[in-house]
Amino acid sequence: MSIAVHWETAPSGLWSRMSLGQKQLIWAWGFLAVPLLFYVVIRFWPTFQAFYLSVTDWTITRPASFVGFENYTRLYADPLFWQVFRNTFLYLILGTPISLLISFVVAYYLDRVRFMHSFIRALYFLPFLTTAAAMAWVWRWFYQPVPIGVINDILSSFGIPQQPFLRSTSQALPAVLAPAIWAGLGFQIIIFLAGLRAIPTTYYEAARIDGLSEGAILRRITLPLVKPTLVFLVVFSSIGFLRIFDQVYNINTNDPGGPLNSTKPLVLMIYQTAFSSYEMGYAAAQTVVLFLILLAISLLQLRIMRDR
Amino acid sequence: MRFRHLLAGVAISFATLASSGVKAVEIEYWQYVFDTRVKAMNQLIAKFQEANPDIKVKQTTFPYADYQTKVAASILAGQGPDVVQLFYGWTDNFISGKMIRPLRAEAFPSADIERDFFPIISAMKRGNDYYGLPTAVRSLALFYNKKAFKDAGLDPNNPPKTIDELVAAAEKTTKRDGSGNIVSAGMTLDMGGQDHQWWREVLIRQFGGAPYTDNDTKVAYNDEAGLKALTFYTDLQKKHKVGQAGFMDEGQAAFRAGLAAMTIDGTFRLGSFGTIKSFEWGVTELPANAQGMRSNYASYFANAITTKAEGEKLAAAEKFLAYVSSPEAMKVWMEVVGELPARRTAALTPENIAHPVYGPFLKGLEYAHTTLFKDEAAQRQVAIDMANRVLIGGEDPKTSLAKAAEAEQAIIDRAKR
Repeated sequence: MSIAVHWETAPSGLWSRMSLGQKQLIWAWGFLAVPLLFYVVIRFWPTFQAFYLSVTDWTITRPASFVGFENYTRLYADPLFWQVFRNTFLYLILGTPISLLISFVVAYYLDRVRFMHSFIRALYFLPFLTTAAAMAWVWRWFYQPVPIGVINDILSSFGIPQQPFLRSTSQALPAVLAPAIWAGLGFQIIIFLAGLRAIPTTYYEAARIDGLSEGAILRRITLPLVKPTLVFLVVFSSIGFLRIFDQVYNINTNDPGGPLNSTKPLVLMIYQTAFSSYEMGYAAAQTVVLFLILLAISLLQLRIMRDR
Repeated sequence: MRFRHLLAGVAISFATLASSGVKAVEIEYWQYVFDTRVKAMNQLIAKFQEANPDIKVKQTTFPYADYQTKVAASILAGQGPDVVQLFYGWTDNFISGKMIRPLRAEAFPSADIERDFFPIISAMKRGNDYYGLPTAVRSLALFYNKKAFKDAGLDPNNPPKTIDELVAAAEKTTKRDGSGNIVSAGMTLDMGGQDHQWWREVLIRQFGGAPYTDNDTKVAYNDEAGLKALTFYTDLQKKHKVGQAGFMDEGQAAFRAGLAAMTIDGTFRLGSFGTIKSFEWGVTELPANAQGMRSNYASYFANAITTKAEGEKLAAAEKFLAYVSSPEAMKVWMEVVGELPARRTAALTPENIAHPVYGPFLKGLEYAHTTLFKDEAAQRQVAIDMANRVLIGGEDPKTSLAKAAEAEQAIIDRAKR
């Protein structure tokens, strides 16, 4: 009680002379200041700090000193960086189209299913709710050689030679990608379903009266009208695949990103440089490069896919 | 007015609370999470507090993966532990970061340390100062599944003594299915586990080489001995087909599940293997080479006093460090964690040497080497990749070895700057 009285009586001068509009403005900014300040301190300030760190040789235990672009030239000359760069783009180039294609097909047909619609939708969404780390560990055991690997057990029961999967430099990346795609499907299906539901049914009715085939309806009506949803999902899932980390790290914790760096994405390289080797400056330089890649790809996609 | 009274009341109650806590000095102890280690430390703290009622010790633990980062960040921020556990290989990092302080010679005389502890304690010495003391040390030994030995017609009480006998025993105990896939390995291959230590400090020396020279700052294994050691290791999978890297995910998992007859692991695995119910296992010294030469790798976590501890906290921290590196604490640690006492007298009792499990590990300590890692994770990765290039990529061991030597030298050189 006494607190409230105190608050109302104190700023008797300036506050009472303000108009209602001014007061509302101050209140509005007062509330907005909280998230703004939060973003500046938690997001923007560390981002700028990372740019600064990338031109130093900070290692946590030793004070930072300015080294110019040494970290960037080292990165450019590091064969590991180019391997990791290639891996990161493989995740993107394979992951985004495959996951979007599957989720669109599922959503397209799920939209027409009435029988147990919610139940099936929930089933697809379930993996999205599962912790990536837990999922990666389960898949890690799926991929094991006989006698414990489920997939290899099935293969060898059909007389097919067992596959190395995670122990192969060529099969490991797709093997890591599969659970990542599977995990993201649920979310993409829900978004696609919402996009499909938003299309007015009158368009379909008119098209059917005019005698358009189902294929033509899909090409001429559904796809163009679902495009905003598609743009959102392309950008969203591209960023997701470019930042892939937990699936890769957890599916092979003894040799993260291995074997022979064949599954290592850029984010994992940053993590190891920073929190295993403590080369913070070098890690910051890698982060800046990742930031620029994400920025460029997002801008490019928005430009290509926006409405002309 | 009432509000001010309330404020004053709160302030007074805080002040009384704070002053009632002043009597006992509270120090913080940090270590990483490992069930038995935490349990052992809780017992030690309870005993220590009983003997020193004026000191309270608070234990804080973190996952191993974040441990170093958290310790570094918090000490630099002026918070965190007064006594901290650190791997011997991190000492340089912790000193250069001004995170730990040298032990005062009055409280911990060098002569006493050198007389009482195993020689591997030298890894904690810089100049004339010691920077920490271990409670326990760990060494490697060969674990073998007695049931698998019996089933293969081998004597379960006569495990392999040389590396040739090791290969022979592994060949007899390996089981394969109709297509030739291994369903139970004779020997585990896991460079990510302890095999890289076995390769580096044991096999290379047994083939006549040395892993490093110049205080472990120059990689020296890119020679005939290193090549023989690597070929021996990769041949276990490629030629003898007695094991397979990645089989059952990890070597220790394969052994635990009873699907590997032999594995090389450390004392720290005893707690976990102790719960195996389905078969009986034994431990023996790491096999010697044909000339009878043996080697081993020993390592330890030491406890050090941080730069944060000052005044009465420093005095309390010294008392606590002295207690956790006392023979009494070492006994508790060995019983609970299964790690070997770091003091000679506490370790080399006739009872311990005759012990079927501790005996082989203790014998290993007498001829053990300690690698002065600059970046343990990165140097281990070099060994993992070296083996993988041969096992997965089919690369010639000689080329792979040269690449590994070059990569590891680069890591060491970068850390020296």
